[in-house]
Amino acid sequence: MAQAQALAQLVRSNEQQIFEQWISQQMAEVNFRVDLIKESELREQSREFLRAFTDALQAGNLQIDAPEWKPTKDLLSDISRRRATQGFSPSETAIFIFSLKQPLFAALRKSATPGQAWDDHIWEASRLLDTLGLYTTEIHQQTRESVIFRQQEELLELSTPVVRLWDNILALPLIGTLDSERTQVVMENLLEKIVETEALIAIIDITGVPTVDTLVAQHLLKTVAAARLMGADCIISGIRPQIAQTIIHLGIDLSQVITKATLADAFAVALQRTGAMVARAAVKS
Amino acid sequence: MERIPILKMGCFLLVTIQVDMHDELALTLQEDLTNRIVKDSAHGVLIDISSLEIVDSFIGRMIGNIAGMARMLDAETVLVGMRPAVAITLVELGMSLPGVRTALNVDKGMAMLERAQKERNTSVGSN
Amino acid sequence: MEVIKEASAPIRSSSDVVKVRQLVREWALTLGFSLVEQTKIVTAASELARNAYEHGGGGSVRVESLNNASRHGLRLTFADNGPGIADVEQALKDGFSTGSGMGLGLGGARRLVNDFSINSTPGQGTRITIVRWRPS
Repeated sequence: MAQAQALAQLVRSNEQQIFEQWISQQMAEVNFRVDLIKESELREQSREFLRAFTDALQAGNLQIDAPEWKPTKDLLSDISRRRATQGFSPSETAIFIFSLKQPLFAALRKSATPGQAWDDHIWEASRLLDTLGLYTTEIHQQTRESVIFRQQEELLELSTPVVRLWDNILALPLIGTLDSERTQVVMENLLEKIVETEALIAIIDITGVPTVDTLVAQHLLKTVAAARLMGADCIISGIRPQIAQTIIHLGIDLSQVITKATLADAFAVALQRTGAMVARAAVKS
Repeated sequence: MERIPILKMGCFLLVTIQVDMHDELALTLQEDLTNRIVKDSAHGVLIDISSLEIVDSFIGRMIGNIAGMARMLDAETVLVGMRPAVAITLVELGMSLPGVRTALNVDKGMAMLERAQKERNTSVGSN
Repeated sequence: MEVIKEASAPIRSSSDVVKVRQLVREWALTLGFSLVEQTKIVTAASELARNAYEHGGGGSVRVESLNNASRHGLRLTFADNGPGIADVEQALKDGFSTGSGMGLGLGGARRLVNDFSINSTPGQGTRITIVRWRPS
C-alpha cells in the first residue's frame, strides 16, 4: 500500500523529467516507427498513461487486476489495439511500457537517501511495468488474431460466389480445400440463392477442390437432397478421376445425383432440362 | 372450429398453410382436402408452405399422406415454398417426402400442375 | 457450467406441443442461434414434445440456458411418466415404429442436436435431454 503511494508520489514530484526522458527513450529505440506515429500523438498517449498510472498507484494497489487499474488497462488496450492495426510489431508496441523503466529508475535512484529501502521499490516498479508490458503484448496478439479471423471470413465469401449462368441455372464453383464448417455455410448460401433467383438447377462444380472426405461428401449430398425438397435440382460437376476414386473407396453413394465430368457438360444438361437451347449462328459469307 | 382454407383454382386446389398447426388441425386439413378433391373433381393440389418456419416429421407425414390419398383419387400434389432452413432440417431428420413433387413457388407449382394436366388430356385424347 | 435462466412448460395437449415450439424458438433467438440452428432445435423439441404427449401420456419440458467459458447452450429436458421404451437402441433407429408412428422422431431429433441423452425404464417413464451449443 505504502509502496504504491510512495511510487505515485515520486512520479508526481518528478513528472516533467520522467516524461521527457521517457519520450526521448521511446524515440531513440531502434524500432521507433516514425512512419506510423507522429511525435505529438506519442506525447499525448504518454501523458495520458502517466496520469492514469499515477492515479492507480495512488489508490495503493500494486496488483493490476484490481479494479483501480481498469482505466490504465483500458487506455493500454486502446493504444495496443490501435498499434496492432497500424502495423506495429508486438515489441514495437510493448516498448511503450518498457522504455518507461529507465527514467523511472533514474528518478528512484536520485531520490534515494542512504539507508532507505529503495531496492524493494525498484523491484516492485519493475514487476509492475513488466506485467503492464505483457498485458500490452496480449492485447496486441488478440487484435491480430481477430484481424486474421475477419480476413478469413472475407476470403470465404469471396472464394465461393454463386453465379447465375442463365435463366433458371446457377453455378457454384468451389475452390480450395473444404472443411465441414465452411461447406455448411457455403451450402446454406447456395440454397438461399436458389430461392432468390428462382433457379431450377444449381451446378456445384468441384474442379477446384483437391480432396473430398466423407464429411464434405455428406454435406454435398445433403445439399442436393435439400435443394430437391425445395423444388430445384443439383448437378455436381468437375469430378476428377482421383476424387471419383476416393468417393468409391469411401463407399459414398452418388447414384441419386446427376454428376458430370465438366462444368460445360453440366451446363448443357441444365439448358436442356430447362427448355433452352444453344444454336450456332449462321456463318456470314 | 378453425380450419385451414382451401381455394379452388380452375381444376386445382390451393392450400396455404400459414399457422403453426397443432396436430388436430393438421388431421382436419388432411380430411378436408381429400373430401374437396372428390367434391370438386380436382386434378391437382398445391400446398404452399412458404410461411412455415418449422416442418417436423408429423407435418411431413401429413404432406406425404395427402399426396398418397390425392394420387388414389387421380390428382397430383405439388409442395411449394419450402424454406432452406426447413429443407436442411428435414434432410437431417431423414425425411425425403417420396411421392411429393416440389417447386420453388406457387407460379412454378401451378405451371407443373398445368403441364401434368396437359399430358393427361393428351393421353386421354389419343385413346 | 452455469445455468443462467430456466423455465418449465407442461405437455398435456397438442396445443401445448405448439407452445413448446414457440417457447424454444424464443429462447433460441435470445441465445443468438442462426436461423438454421434455431430451426433444428425447435424441430427436435417438436418431435420430443409430441412423443411425450402421444406415447408418454403427457409430461413436461424444462428449458435451460447454459453458459460455459467458451460457449453458450440451450438445454431441453423432456420427461414423462408413460410406459417407457423397452428397446432404446431400436427406437433410435430410423423408421422404427411402435405402430403408432414414433418413426423418425428419436433418431432424427438426435441428429439435429449436439448432445443427446435418454433414460427410459419400461413402466417408469422416459427422460430425454438435448443440448444445442454455440461458441461465445
